[in-house]
Amino acid sequence: MASAAYAISFGAISTAAGLSLIQTCALSVLMFTGASQFAMVGVFGAGGSVWAGAVAAALLGSRNALYGLRLSSLLSVRGWRRPLAAHFVIDETTAMSIARDDLELSRFAFWATGFALFTFWNMGTLIGALATHAISNPKVFGLDAAPPAAFLALLAPRLRAREPLAIAIAAAVVAIVALPFVPVGVPLLIVALLVLLYGLLKR
Amino acid sequence: MIWAGLLVASASCYAFKLAGLSIPQRWLEDPRIQRTVPLIPVALLAALVGTQTFSTGHHLVFDVRAAALVVAVIAVVLRAPFLVVVAVAAATAALLRLVQL
Repeated sequence: MASAAYAISFGAISTAAGLSLIQTCALSVLMFTGASQFAMVGVFGAGGSVWAGAVAAALLGSRNALYGLRLSSLLSVRGWRRPLAAHFVIDETTAMSIARDDLELSRFAFWATGFALFTFWNMGTLIGALATHAISNPKVFGLDAAPPAAFLALLAPRLRAREPLAIAIAAAVVAIVALPFVPVGVPLLIVALLVLLYGLLKR
Repeated sequence: MIWAGLLVASASCYAFKLAGLSIPQRWLEDPRIQRTVPLIPVALLAALVGTQTFSTGHHLVFDVRAAALVVAVIAVVLRAPFLVVVAVAAATAALLRLVQL
């Protein structure tokens, strides 16, 4: 149910950002990874190019490769099941699956969570999009203040150590300082490049 | 254009998911990759919080969204659920705008 609520806010934010109902729903069906979807519509809604949003979404999606790595030995999916399983490789399914001690239960948790989330996620998106579609001026409802709050809520669970906290603060400062000088959305790409360099070069 | 970006971004996200399940494990087990990849969402989400709160287009602005962010931080610290965090932030901005009028 929490995921449906989360999806409702995605549907609302996406529609307020100027994506059509079908585009909003298509994102939830095709992309199906929350943080990337929020980033894509956030950048677009702020006036950035759709391509800057697309790059931000893809970069945020890179962590799913590590989830896939952790799941691959647990699930050992082959043949036609692998492309289907891949679509469900996200934070929640990984968490539910690796929390189980038994291999069978792990696999069951992965598929059950995957199908349930996919259903709730898309229903929630549709509800949020339809509700926002009916509103003529989203600013009156403070919907322009919703994306930063959504990003903050996505960020908070990742800040439990000192290093990520320092990186988060530095990233926000760099992005704000760069903002007046480059096209909308590009500060994100600068920040991504810097954090990649930091991670790969640090000893 | 929106559709093209949307489809390319979706395909890229899917490619990362499939790659994790498919490519040889040792490629992704490199400690530098293990260390760096989890930092990417931290940096990007923080940058999104900063830019989306304090700008409109190209201009730095300080408006009701800053107050909304403070309320959102409080909600997060109190471990409020996702939708509550977003809703109280939006409500704060809406109320402050109402008062300004």
